[in-house]
This record gives sequence, structure tokens and C-alpha cells, in this order.
Amino acid sequence: MSFFIASSPHEHNRRQTSDVMRWVLLAAIPGVLVQLFFFGWGVLFQLLLAIVTAWATEAIALQTRNRPALASLKDNSALVTAVLLAISIPPLAPWWVIVIGVAFAIIVAKQVYGGLGQNIFNPAMVGYVLLLVSFPVQMTSWLPPATLSDNDLSLWQTLHVIVFEYTPSGFSVEQLRTGIDGVTMATPLDTVKTGLTQGYTLSELTAKSVFQGIAGVGWQWVNVAYLVGGLVLLQQRIISWHIPLGVIVGVAAPALIAHSISPDQMLGPVTHVLSGATMLGAFFIATDPVSAATSNKGRWIFGLLIGLLVWLIRSFGGYPDGMAFAVLLANLCVPIIDRYTRPTVYGHGGSA
Amino acid sequence: MRGNISDIEAGVIWTFPGGIHPPERKQPASDKPLRRIALPQQLVLPLRQHIGQAGDLLVAEGDRVLKGQALTKPGLTNGLPVHAPTSATVIAIEPRATAHPSGLSELSIVLSPDGEERWIEKKPLADFRQHDRAELIATIKAAGIAGLGGAGFPTAQKLAQQKPLDYLIINGVECEPYICADDRLMREHAEEILTGVDILLHITGIEKALIAIEDNKPEAIQAMRDAIAERSQFALRIVPTKYPSGGEKQLIQLLTGRQVPSKGLPMDIGLLMQNVGTAFAVKRAIIDGEPLLERVVTLTGEALQQPGCVWALLGTPIAHLMEQAGFTPDNLPRVIMGGPMMGFTLPALDVPVVKTTNCLLAPTEKELPPTRQELACIRCGACADVCPASLQPQQLQWLAKAKDYDALEQQQLFDCIECGACAYVCPSEIPLVHYYRKAKAEIKNIAREKAKAEIARERFEARQQRLEREKEERLERHRKAAEARQKAKQEAQQSGAEDPVQAALERVKRKKAEAANAEAPATNDKPQKSAAVAAAIARAKAKKAKQQAADAADNEKDES
Repeated sequence: MSFFIASSPHEHNRRQTSDVMRWVLLAAIPGVLVQLFFFGWGVLFQLLLAIVTAWATEAIALQTRNRPALASLKDNSALVTAVLLAISIPPLAPWWVIVIGVAFAIIVAKQVYGGLGQNIFNPAMVGYVLLLVSFPVQMTSWLPPATLSDNDLSLWQTLHVIVFEYTPSGFSVEQLRTGIDGVTMATPLDTVKTGLTQGYTLSELTAKSVFQGIAGVGWQWVNVAYLVGGLVLLQQRIISWHIPLGVIVGVAAPALIAHSISPDQMLGPVTHVLSGATMLGAFFIATDPVSAATSNKGRWIFGLLIGLLVWLIRSFGGYPDGMAFAVLLANLCVPIIDRYTRPTVYGHGGSA
Repeated sequence: MRGNISDIEAGVIWTFPGGIHPPERKQPASDKPLRRIALPQQLVLPLRQHIGQAGDLLVAEGDRVLKGQALTKPGLTNGLPVHAPTSATVIAIEPRATAHPSGLSELSIVLSPDGEERWIEKKPLADFRQHDRAELIATIKAAGIAGLGGAGFPTAQKLAQQKPLDYLIINGVECEPYICADDRLMREHAEEILTGVDILLHITGIEKALIAIEDNKPEAIQAMRDAIAERSQFALRIVPTKYPSGGEKQLIQLLTGRQVPSKGLPMDIGLLMQNVGTAFAVKRAIIDGEPLLERVVTLTGEALQQPGCVWALLGTPIAHLMEQAGFTPDNLPRVIMGGPMMGFTLPALDVPVVKTTNCLLAPTEKELPPTRQELACIRCGACADVCPASLQPQQLQWLAKAKDYDALEQQQLFDCIECGACAYVCPSEIPLVHYYRKAKAEIKNIAREKAKAEIARERFEARQQRLEREKEERLERHRKAAEARQKAKQEAQQSGAEDPVQAALERVKRKKAEAANAEAPATNDKPQKSAAVAAAIARAKAKKAKQQAADAADNEKDES
């Protein structure tokens, strides 16, 4: 009888990379559903386009690099990149926007660096920033939440807009964005950014219809849904709590201080935390294992840094939201964070 | 660091970073009482089965030996004797495969048991408090006792250290899945274990023993608690179930909050640790006068029909134990010596039970599926989260693959205890421990080569220096001689005396000239010949002319 020989350990918890990625995708479902509810079918089409593009570009890139394409596709990492980018862009953005973004994310931000595990930047956020600086109009054309809009697009109309940039009856995205009151609607954060530069006070701005509720119609529920998904990831130990909490504290703490000093210029912590991409970023984007810090202390610092940068960009920068920039800037700092947060090895003078 | 006695006394249980909770799977083996099995046909006793050197042989092929008879005598180094586990005949002394991942061969004594169980004369020291430390240590050494928990370090050597210590820690944690040998021993032999601990306390002069058991062994805890009740020197410590809390360093951290310094020993921080099985063996050696002949081995895994813990004589072939336990291999036959986290797979079943064999695990393929294809590291840090030594396994893995040995040492690769927690959680199923072992072996190799090269270099340089020195000395000698000659010459000139060489030359010239003048007619035909030769020839010719009677041969001989 010939015996099977293997190196210890002989036991494994049987959770592979693909399982980790699958959990991330599953946990994103509540957020995606809420986005679908508030922003229409466009979300679905963006997801489909993104996934197809991701699989195709990943396969081509791997073939070119003489790597087994099928085995790598099974790890679900391209899928996660695709989904994160698809839910970050305006649902009615033309089809080529998401295709360019995902292709760039997969080919340049991931495969050119050497594939899974080798990229220093979060691929989805690299794709997002490329799109944001290249196509600012398309990338900021968020529709008002369905509850505030008098244009309720059908599945077919949505597809028509994404493919041809006009509805079958000839409305452009810009026209669709016009609200019931005849004013073009922006996201709550965009409203604040534009309004403050025009000399309005916060109390005047938050009185607008987009700000019904705590932190804006639709967006607050999107954030709550991603928070729920994130808690599932924590419970399943897919992510540790350090990065998400770091991001939330990093946004909320300076917001609290600034708001108490200047309540009419600075948004409060609750609005910040439930606006824009805060929760999506905290639980799904910043926690990308490849490009994040690795030690728990490092994760804390990494999270806090992202949160602080988001708050800075939102409050003083040129963009209404800043998750993508914040994540990329923090990615840059990872090597140095990792270097200086290395825990003391057992027996080298650390305390128990 | 050592000022925390009051916390330790209060029973504080500290914690250690990382750790994992693999399925425990102690049952069904742990539910069955310890049993004895049939004598095997043969016993194979490797001379060396623990850290240290092999002893010298005391028996020869064909000898009949008694149960408990020493078969080897330890040499001057840290060796331990091996004993005949039962009365038997020595049928061979030859290299046999031993319990080693590679199936390495060791010189072994092969015994054929006669089934009579005839003992040698036992020399118990039952009243151990009447005997001094040195005598007890010598007895423990002669009994061949090595640490039965892990690496098999000779117990006597550990006890011989002279340092005041705070605590003796008795390790009954047994944190690795499946294994229940210590568990069963504690349930069934608590009193004897504690007697062994009493002896250890007496030998070391330590005042208190902490007995550590993981909280997943309620029966063992109860048995030990009952046995401890009448002893004041003992305290029970229940540690939470987490792998690898039974690792020496981790258990020390749990019970005392102290850390064994890197490259140091527990006694550096005032502690000594022994396994419960070792304590039991010490009791037997001292109180009963019986050397270490057998140990408890857990036979477990779903490929065994009758799992359970057995008393196995040292030297029992694994095949015999497998047979006794009803081994029915599936299509992935596998026997692991040790547990699923740190044990090693056996290449064949002809290897024997040795002093450190605590478990034989025969899992089915479904029970412990083999690792799948290694994927790319995604830097998720799951490995770092579970590392009990607070290492950065993902970094070590990169560095090991890149063969960056300097950086590996800088990141304390050698503090890795190879517990396997990192590989257990790795989502990319990277065999991390395997990479570390390989890198450690290579670093050690490089260090050895370097040491060798260093010696060679020193020798070469010494030789170069010697040659250089000798050359210098030679030149110096020549220079001095030349100087002396010069000086002598100068002195001679100054004193007006002739140069002796010059004088000699002139004397020769003068003689030559005289001879030439005297023999000029006779030597005309051979002017190049020296004056002496010419003179001789001339003499010969003169002789010839005088004698007239000499023959031609004589003439020729003279001339030549």
C-alpha cells in the first residue's frame, strides 16, 4: 500500500479565497436592492455590463500572461471589482463608461501589477477615479431618488438610455434629472457642495427636498443597507472590525468637531456617515485585503486615514464625495503603515 | 517580568494573541478507557529516539533480555538508555526505518518477545524524600525518561538545571484535535500523576505546581481536582479551549503572563514545564522502579474501526497498532503520527512507536481532505490574525519564496513554532509552514557552510601569514649574513690584511703558473687541462719512460 504523504497541518478550515469573495458579493445584495429601489433598473444593467467586461478582460489578460484563466476566474475577485464599480457609478451612465472603467481596473490596476494579490491600489477605485476625471459629466449625473422623481423609467427605457443616451421618447439624462419642482436634482452631498459655494447656509440647503429624512432621501437607506451587509461580513469574520470602524470614526469625529464649531457651514457626523459612499466604502471597499494594511493596528490607522481624507475632501475639496481618492491615497501609505505597525513578536520584550 | 506572582497566585488566566478553533473531534477515542493490546511479533527500538545522542550497545544478537533491562548505556553526551519493553530475544541489531517524516533509518535493536514478561530486579526508591536530588535525577535518567509531550527532551537534563524557579507547570492541555492520550491518563491515573509531580517538586525545590487543563476535558479536570484536594502545593488552572494553548510558550503566557525570551528557555523566566505523561513516567521510575517501557497512544480517525487510547510498548510497529484498531483504509491511505496540526504522515507502517508518539491518526479522505491547489496570496492577513507568536506569516511567505534569508531572520522566522494555525486559515491554501521549514533548514545550512568557510579562511590566512613570516625571516637572515660579510671585509681592509678569497685565488694562480713552467714541454698537446691533471699525466709519462715494461692498457687507463 502506498501512503499519502503531506506536510502539516493536515487540516484546513476549508474557506478559500473564492468563498471570501462570494461572501462579499452576498453581503452587498441588500445595498444593491435598495439602490435598485431608489435609482431604478440602471443599477442592474450596470452590474451586468461590469461583470461581463470583468470576466472577458480578466480572461484575456490571463491568457496573455500565460496563466490558467479558468482557475483564476473562479476566485471571484474580478466579480467583486466589477460589482463595486458598477454600484458606484450613476445608474444611467452610458454603457461605455462602465466598460472602460472595469476594463481599466482589471487590466491596468490588477493584471499589469501581476494579478490577484499583487496590486497596490484597489482596482475598483482606480477604475472609478479614471472615469471621474475623464468623464465628469456622466459620472456626476445621478438621478434623483425614484420617490422624488416624476420620471419612472421602465426596464426598456432604462436600457435605451444606457445604450443610446436618450429614452425612446427622446429625453436626455440631464432632462430626466429634473425634479418635480423643475430644478435639476443632485445628490445630497453635491447639493451641499454647490450650495455652500453659492453662499447658502446649511440650514437653507438641508431644507431642500433631497434632504428629507436624516441624511437625504434614498442615500441614507442605501448606507443603512450596506451597513447591514457589512455587519454580516463582520459576523462571518470575512473582515475585521478595525477598518470599517476606523473609516466611520475618521469621518464622524472631525465632522462632529467641525459641526459644533460651525454648524451652518459644516455637515454633522450623522449626515456624513449616512451619505454618499461612506458605508459602502467602510465595509466593502476599504476592506479589500490586497490593498489594505495587514496588522490590526495598521488596519485602524488605514481606516482612520480614509475616513479623515473623505471628510477633508467632502468639506474642503473640489468633489462632493471623496471615497475613491481617500482609498487610493491610503493604499499608497500601506507599505509604511505595515512597516511601523508590525506587532512585537513573542519573546521579544512585548507584554502579554 | 517576574514580579507578578500575586496575579499568578490569584489564578489569573492571561491570553495569547491569535489561535484557532478547529473541530476538536476528541470523541469517540476519548470516551473509551485505556486498554492493553496483544504483544506484537517484534519490537523495534531505535537507539536514538529523542533529542540527544544514541547510547552504547550493551547487548548482542541472540542475547536473551529481561523486561526492563537496559539495552544501551548513555554516553557522555545527553543520551538516554533504551530498555527491553518485555522479556525477549535480540534477533537483530541493524538500521531500521524510524518515526521520521522521511522514513529515515536509525540503528535499532529488534526484539522477539517471549511472552513471559520476566522482569529484571526493580530498584524502587518509594520513599523518595529520603533520597537526594542527584540520586533521583540519575534514576530518572537511567529510566530513559524523555518529555512525552512534544520534542522528547531528556527529562533528567531539564531537572538538573540549578536555578531558583517560581513554578512547575504541568501541561495537561492537549490542545490539538483528536489527541486524548493525556486526557485518558488524567482521568484514570490522576493520583499517580500527582505523585510524579510531588517527586518533580522535591527534585527541583520548586514550591508550587500549576496544573493546566483545557476546559474541554471536564472529566479529567474533575479527576485531577479530586486528587489535588489534599495537596497544598498544587493549583489547578483551567484554560479556555483554543489551539495552540498547549504549546509551551503559549501555556506559559496563559498561566503567568510571561514570555519566554527569544532563543531562551522557560527557566530564564523562573518556570519549568513537564507534561502529565512525563510526570506519570517519573512516578513509575521512582516509586515502582520501572523504566519507561510503554506510553499511551491515541488511535483515532474514521479509517479505524476501534478507535481509542492504548498502552503501547515502545518499539511496537505501527502496523500492529493499526491492525489492533481495525484499520480499513479508503482510497487515500494515510497515517499521521501526531495530531492533524503538527503531526507528520508516515511513508510506511513498519516504523515503531517511540517515546514521543502520542497519537496515530488514520483519517478518511472525506474527514481530512488533502489541501487543494495553492493560490496567490491576497494579503488578507488572516494568518497574522491567528499567529500565536505575532509574526507576519504573509510577509515571511513572500520572503521565503524570494529566498531573502536576511530579511527572514530580521522578521524572526525562528520564533515560529510551526503550529500550523496560519496554514489552517489561509484562504489561498498556501502550505505556509512548509515554506518556513524549508527556509529554516536552508538558513541553518547556510550558517553551517559559512562557519566551515570561515574556518577554511582562517586557516588559509594563517598559512599565508606563516609563509610571509618565513620569507621575511629568510630575507632578514640573508641580509644579516650579507651585512656581516660586508663588515668583515671592511674590517679586513681597514686592518690592512689581505682578502682571504683574493689571497687564495692568487695562491692558486701562482701554483698553476709554477706548474706550467715546470711541465711546459710535456703538456703542450693538452693546454686546456688543469695544472694538477697535467702534472699527473706528466708523472705518468715519466714513469712509463722509466719502466718501459708497462702495457698499453695501463697507459690508456692512466690517460683517461
